[in-house]
Amino acid sequence: MPRINSPSELEKLRQGILSDRDPEKPCITLCSGSACHATGSGDVAASIETEIEKQGLSAELDLRKTGCHGFCERGPIIVNHPEESCYFQIKPEDIPEIVSQAVKEKGIVERLLYTDLNTDEKIINESEIPFYKNQKRLVLGSNGSIDPKSIDDYLAIGGYSALEKALSQMTPEQVLEEVKKSNLRGRGGGGFPAGRKWEESRNAPGDIKYVIVNADEGDPGAYMDRSLLEGNPHSVLEGLMIGAYAIGSHEGYIYVRQEYPLAVENLTIALKLAEEYGFLGKNILGSNFNFNIIVHKGAGAFVCGESSALMTALEGRAGEPRPKYIHTAVKGVWDNPSVLNNVETWANVPLIINKGADWFTKIGTEKSKGTKIFSLVGKITNTGLVEVPMGITLRDIIFEIGGGIPGDKKFKAVQTGGPSGGCIPENLLDLEVGFDELSKAGSMMGSGGMIVMDEDTCMVDVARYFIDFLTDESCGKCVPCREGLRQMLKVLTNITEGKGNEGDIKLLEELSEVAKEASLCALGTSAPNPFLSTVRYFRNEYEAHIKEKRCPALSCKELITYHVDPDKCQACMICARKCPADAVDGDKKKIHIIDQEKCTKCGTCFEVCPSRFGAVNKISGESVPPPIAEEKRIITRKSKEK
Amino acid sequence: MDNDRVDQIIDKYQGEASSLIQILLGIQTENHWLPKEALERVSEKLQVPLARIQHIATFYKAFSLVPKGRHEIHICVGTACHVRGATRVLDTVRDLTGIKPGETDLDLKFSLETVNCLGCCALGPVMEVDGKTHGKIAPGKTADVLKNFE
Repeated sequence: MPRINSPSELEKLRQGILSDRDPEKPCITLCSGSACHATGSGDVAASIETEIEKQGLSAELDLRKTGCHGFCERGPIIVNHPEESCYFQIKPEDIPEIVSQAVKEKGIVERLLYTDLNTDEKIINESEIPFYKNQKRLVLGSNGSIDPKSIDDYLAIGGYSALEKALSQMTPEQVLEEVKKSNLRGRGGGGFPAGRKWEESRNAPGDIKYVIVNADEGDPGAYMDRSLLEGNPHSVLEGLMIGAYAIGSHEGYIYVRQEYPLAVENLTIALKLAEEYGFLGKNILGSNFNFNIIVHKGAGAFVCGESSALMTALEGRAGEPRPKYIHTAVKGVWDNPSVLNNVETWANVPLIINKGADWFTKIGTEKSKGTKIFSLVGKITNTGLVEVPMGITLRDIIFEIGGGIPGDKKFKAVQTGGPSGGCIPENLLDLEVGFDELSKAGSMMGSGGMIVMDEDTCMVDVARYFIDFLTDESCGKCVPCREGLRQMLKVLTNITEGKGNEGDIKLLEELSEVAKEASLCALGTSAPNPFLSTVRYFRNEYEAHIKEKRCPALSCKELITYHVDPDKCQACMICARKCPADAVDGDKKKIHIIDQEKCTKCGTCFEVCPSRFGAVNKISGESVPPPIAEEKRIITRKSKEK
Repeated sequence: MDNDRVDQIIDKYQGEASSLIQILLGIQTENHWLPKEALERVSEKLQVPLARIQHIATFYKAFSLVPKGRHEIHICVGTACHVRGATRVLDTVRDLTGIKPGETDLDLKFSLETVNCLGCCALGPVMEVDGKTHGKIAPGKTADVLKNFE
């Protein structure tokens, strides 16, 4: 591929790619993101290739392995173009039917369509499915239609036109002004205006400046950055290039977790292609702008998501944060001005340049513009990645898009913002999603994890879980975080184990205050949030644990016992056979009893007991009924008495 | 791992001290752990004190200073898996293997690790053995999976 040297050459190439493509030619797109890969999309792809070969369709049918479509609950996902019929939970054995019926006959394979949960209606097109219908997929939208390993696919949907526009029609100052005007705020957590950061770096003294992509997505339960890097890496690169042009940087870094092998792979391919085509290197598109990008793999440390820690890691040292009275935008990597933004923030930049700040500011609330990608996970019917306009209510996300809580359970709380965020209870579900609105409720936007919890989730345990996570991830540099969190964890663990004392809540509040005030970086200052928000909205659960030694959600292992209700047990032996600890005593026609000495409280008996019997109970805060007398354990079936 | 191979990895990153983490990752990926000799070689070639290398090797989660078992079990304890009962899965696997997270058994059969999110939350709780994902795994089903490994 010869280098592209000017905007006109780029447009010529784009027209060439488009004219070679027939939009009417049948094409199957298959979701090949990491999540679908785990559900077997690799085997499905192999099966499609075999079927194309077998039916001799290689000239008539294309297979495109795309990035994540977002609806992970129903993966692997296939979309059949140009009809755009959409099939879910595909197995390799479904492929012959799809190829012959949907592709060749132009029909529909009804059994694999999405079934509406309320109306039982079959839905053919992706855009009609409630999960997708209520989203606004500006950043994530292209994921499902392009092959991330092909730069031509990205060019075909208008890729790199924003870079072209910035370089050929705008001065760096104009680019900066446009981004400032758009009020794009950082998608990684803090919500700091990107334009202001850029401006600070641009005005900072020094010839060497850096732009950095923060792809150290460490929040447990959040994977939207991975999905973007895997599915549409060029959009992130394009955003980074535009940012570099605006602030006068010639070197960029991408700090990506090594735990994301597919993201690293697709990114590396994208960089190579971008260089070949002339979007990287010297004199890009004939504009005299030079720029290169280096990929740095992160070795696994949550604190490296913090800007100064990440920059220390880039220098090849242990990623510990430093005080930020001088911003990293002025003194960052090797003391040079460095602009660090999250993956999603960078991916928004090409949209803003192409469509203008005025278009962007029309979406969202007064202070939070544009869209936000959330990973909607936990106790939710439709697990997946959702992109919604700012200002949508939590209720709409969880119940309209997410389909509510599975298994007729009751919603309890939604946790946003990862370990630094908090839990939002049911009475605040009509809260509009935005940076400031979520902070006011005691949580935060964070990078976009949204974990839904139902009545079975213990809020004290959730707080303990996050503090445990943060204790482990604290870098140890400052005392309030290192020691304070350790003490908080001790107290919280005691509470969940029934060893809590009066005054523990007060003690936790005091420890929180110190960590919030005196920690060095945002990891420590925000670390008490999971505790503070749960104690604010669910104080009664803390009190039940401490005073009554009872877990209201029946979740804390040390506070519950499993018990077989002798009136309901049908002596079917299922739990006895499945129990990994051999703790269930019983026989056919002999009512089962759990030996509390042997029981490891793994909950297997509770899960396997047929729901029509529902004989296994969880008991908390009261004593276990004594086992029934031996002679009463024999069941005589009525049908056999006759 | 012999010195020649370590040198090759170092050369790939042009022997720059700032690439220290990338070099250690290269050794870890290939060898599954960081032997003392390899670290000494890196220290010598890059002219970086061994103490700094050990600081890094113990700071980041990806590195191991002890050999790993033949089979690596990863149990996802991300928030989504946690609320779906990952702790009970972990406890059962601990009972079955007799090792705690971060440990390897004496026969070098299994290494057990917890991970903070594998990013397939729709499948939670998730257990991964040698890279193969076992989704929606109940504590009672873990024994069936693990018995297939020698």
